[in-house]
Amino acid sequence: MNFLSLFVLIPLLMLLGLWLARGLKGVRTVMVIGSSALLLLAAWLTVTFLSDRAAGLDAEMLYTASFTWFEPLHIKYSVGVDGISVAMLLLSSIIVFTGTFASWQLKPLTKEYFLWFTLLSLGVFGFFISVDMFMMFMFYEIALIPMYLLIGVWGSGKKEYAAMKLTLMLMGGSAFLMCGIFGIFYGAGGQTMNVVDIANHTGGAHPIDFAQQCIWFPLTFIGFGVLGALFPFHTWSPDGHASAPTAVSMLHAGVLMKLGGYGCFRIAMYLMPEATNELGWIFLILTGISVVYGAFSACVQTDLKYINAYSSVSHCGLVLFAILMVNQTAATGAVLQMLSHGLMTALFFALIGMIYGRTHTRDIRELNGLMRIMPFLSVCYVIAGLANLGLPGLSGFVAEMTIFVGSFQNADTFHRVLTIAACTSIVITAVYILRLVGKILYGTCTNEHHLKLTDATWDERLSVICLIVAVAGLGLAPLWVSNMVSGGVAPIIEHIGHGVSSCNPFI
Amino acid sequence: MEYTILILLLPFLSFLLLGIAGKWFSHRAAGLIGTCCLAVVTILSYMTAYDFFTMPRTAEGVIEAMPPVVNFTWLPFFAEGLKFEMGILLDPISVMMLIVISTVSFMVHIYSFGYMHGERGFQRYYAFLSLFTMSMLGLVVATNIFQMYLFWELVGVSSYLLIGFYYTSPAAIAASKKAFIVTRFADMFFLIGILIYGYYCGTFSFDFAGEARGFAAGGFMLPTALLLMFIGGAGKSAMFPLHIWLPDAMEGPTPVSALIHAATMVVAGVFQIARLFPLWIQYAPDTLHIVAWVGAFTAFYAASVACVQSDIKRVLAFSTISQIAFMMVALGVCTEITTGHEHPGSLGYMASMFHLFTHAMFKALLFLGAGCIIHAVHSNEMSAMGGLRKYMPITHITFLIACLAISGIPPFSGFFSKDEILTACFAYSPAMGWIMTAIAGMTAFYMFRLYYGIFWGTENKQLHAEHTPHEAPLTMTVPLMVLALITIFCGWALNFGSYVSADGRDYQIHLDWSVAGTSIVVAIVAIALATFIYARDKQPVADKLASQFSSLHKWAYHRFYMDEVYQFITHRIIFAHISKPIAWFDRHVVDGFFNFLAWGTNALGFEIRGLQSGSVQKYAFVFLLGALLLLFIMII
Repeated sequence: MNFLSLFVLIPLLMLLGLWLARGLKGVRTVMVIGSSALLLLAAWLTVTFLSDRAAGLDAEMLYTASFTWFEPLHIKYSVGVDGISVAMLLLSSIIVFTGTFASWQLKPLTKEYFLWFTLLSLGVFGFFISVDMFMMFMFYEIALIPMYLLIGVWGSGKKEYAAMKLTLMLMGGSAFLMCGIFGIFYGAGGQTMNVVDIANHTGGAHPIDFAQQCIWFPLTFIGFGVLGALFPFHTWSPDGHASAPTAVSMLHAGVLMKLGGYGCFRIAMYLMPEATNELGWIFLILTGISVVYGAFSACVQTDLKYINAYSSVSHCGLVLFAILMVNQTAATGAVLQMLSHGLMTALFFALIGMIYGRTHTRDIRELNGLMRIMPFLSVCYVIAGLANLGLPGLSGFVAEMTIFVGSFQNADTFHRVLTIAACTSIVITAVYILRLVGKILYGTCTNEHHLKLTDATWDERLSVICLIVAVAGLGLAPLWVSNMVSGGVAPIIEHIGHGVSSCNPFI
Repeated sequence: MEYTILILLLPFLSFLLLGIAGKWFSHRAAGLIGTCCLAVVTILSYMTAYDFFTMPRTAEGVIEAMPPVVNFTWLPFFAEGLKFEMGILLDPISVMMLIVISTVSFMVHIYSFGYMHGERGFQRYYAFLSLFTMSMLGLVVATNIFQMYLFWELVGVSSYLLIGFYYTSPAAIAASKKAFIVTRFADMFFLIGILIYGYYCGTFSFDFAGEARGFAAGGFMLPTALLLMFIGGAGKSAMFPLHIWLPDAMEGPTPVSALIHAATMVVAGVFQIARLFPLWIQYAPDTLHIVAWVGAFTAFYAASVACVQSDIKRVLAFSTISQIAFMMVALGVCTEITTGHEHPGSLGYMASMFHLFTHAMFKALLFLGAGCIIHAVHSNEMSAMGGLRKYMPITHITFLIACLAISGIPPFSGFFSKDEILTACFAYSPAMGWIMTAIAGMTAFYMFRLYYGIFWGTENKQLHAEHTPHEAPLTMTVPLMVLALITIFCGWALNFGSYVSADGRDYQIHLDWSVAGTSIVVAIVAIALATFIYARDKQPVADKLASQFSSLHKWAYHRFYMDEVYQFITHRIIFAHISKPIAWFDRHVVDGFFNFLAWGTNALGFEIRGLQSGSVQKYAFVFLLGALLLLFIMII
């Protein structure tokens, strides 16, 4: 048994424990033990991975293991990690850990809530450790379904509508995805589902025809792109996030949206390099639109969660934007941006949930002067805002700078003009963040109901402080993460290579 | 000089300590922690300066930049030559800036003890001051353009936090937001400039000699990159038309205005050009003239607005804009890098840095003095003042010294530095020289208008009946006196040119009496005019002028409506015509399409469910129809 499988096994044990647990206390105990175990496991994995890499283990995937699961379709349970997935696993475990504390006080149906929550995290962890396309797809679906119930039952506002919309749109995406995955499978000879094998034409796989790539690439890219908030398939995100309960928003925006970027990179681009070079520019334009469009939309929203959801559209757009630049620096920046956005957006949603839990409104026109009333939450909110607009010393800056420098290294004008266009988002981000902070935190509170509200409780503080430490840690000492990630990115970028598109009218 | 790294670390630690644990400290303890840190930083800065300038010079008498004391890769970019390094670069201008920043910051730390006494958020205030000091020091010792950009952003944020210190006042909130967004907008160009620079020259480093090959390869993109970076600098240094944030930034506490918005942060743009000066002069000399003319226009614009403002901090703010523009002009009029009196083409560089140094001292003094006055009368408006000289003797004398210095009267420091700037301008073109001399005259005029308005004229008895003005406590007056001493002596006692010059050689400052004489005469005439108009109890001339040119006065008073132009652009155009339509489009067109899809599926299902009616006759009918159809097809 490979130790990576613990990432799936621990959530399974947690599910069992939750099922057996009696009372609120039992549920909480199981959750705390389980999520701490996951966090420790991820931390340990990171350390081991770094030392093994330093010791000279330079295989593309480390700690691989494989068991045949369904022979006729060559589906195997195969696991393995590289720098990118280690970073993602670490991110997921931090979010699951803090998410547990952020929903400490959640009522009613606490036990059922945590059951679904754990199932969701099982899907996420499973996705990141898999190297088999079918397993990835399966875990992806596992992560998707609990979302419907979590939003539909524990959500707020127009929750049924939002849950339905989110699930249907993501399901639509996975329909594309399934076509794409089977297309790749048969296109590559129908002998293996293993991503690394298909990419390197080993294990019975042969190169996929260029004509076929041009069909399967858009399908898989859109399929994952829906989850990564690719324009124009992003509209599930504002409604979905607005209605979801706090920890679900955290996990969803923090980790689940990263599945999109990860999948696009690992499956769509890695397995179909020629099509990436040929058709990438279309998606590059779409993501460029996402970046600016999301930021502009966020400027005029009045609901805290909508603002953050559109900001996520903009930031996740930057992730896809950067990987489509097909160069090592930009792609490293993309993964750093996934980490950074995951942490800070989780922080944002956690804080919004805590504020909403007290004031029962998220309308920025009804909130003001919170700094005096809940100083801790407000200060953390300002920090989250500053991280979002790319303050040096916090994670956003590191990611954005890597992306911009990397994207600008492309030799042709088309890519560089798009990079400059994407740079404008840093100004627009500042506009909406400062508008928000100025409106709800500063000033004097005029609503007498809000005057008696209390500041954060210990569980909320713990969750928020963990996230801030992670954000600041990544922002202050980015070297090791950056090196680890780029080690994972390099073979993929090398594999895709650099070709000039013959159908791009802008070159 | 390895201890130099402490100059950055100490304020950072103090920021962390006060920021995280501030609420458990008393006001006094928090202030002491911050101030002691700064005291150590100041001592270390002076030690660094001493060690640096006493190092042996090269055979040609050049002070060389030291190889970076510390330099490590902070963030790799995986492309050849491109990496994000952090380090400490000591060369004449960065060492000079260390002195300026630590001195002024230390004075402001002491002064704030008195000024902020008993304010809510005292610990937070000192935490932010530490953060600012750290970022500003990091900016000047940067070894590469990216490190500069990093600290550049950090000073922007600390400025934002400090302007918005009184976060319950709507004006402060608006001002802090404006300051941040305007400078951020300019920073975007800075960033794009860095990207272009990095791509074409293949380096971010300031090691210009070592990377010469890359610069030659840059072609015309290098001037473009430099110009974009200048836009970033113009944003921070409040050059027209990006100056609009600075007057509003006066909503912050006055010591903050003295430190950030007068002495240190706002000169970052000047410093940036000085830092990249070898590139400007070698690869983009024509572009440098744009800097000169932007500076000249800004100097004139700001001086004319300063003549009619009534809020004393606003007057000082516009005077700051105007003086920084002087430094920009001085850099812009350079045409070559070799020094020597037969080559005035690089005099401007030295003059600019000299003016930066003297200006930081006397402008900080003016702002701190203004702080004492505001502290005494609880208002920023000149109408609340008048006749204060007998209540506040120390403030009065020090303020007068600073006014004389900024007006360019010998032997105060401003005279010497401004004279060098004017000489450089005359060497560039007589037109520029006369324009700048005229603006120098305007400077003397509005400063003395301010001075008379505060300390002479009629007392506002009504206000003073409730509250008699009093001299500020010792913590506030001691910094005034220290800065006044520096202002008196540093012009002639300090041989500035031997430390800082364009090529690092000793540059002996000579006064060109044809220029100096003119500027003194102009300054004295302007002061006399101000005395004639404003020194009396009633001001018939001023009122008459104001009514005669009422429209001009109104325009100048409203700063030529630049703020309204920005309001129009941001609110009417960006918000109403870009953001709102995009949000609408998203909700109704993009989302509408998916909702339509869902609705369409639903409606279709509703329509065709009639087929599954459950009545056997109907099924049989359809079955028969289908069978016939198949038969039909098969026959054909």
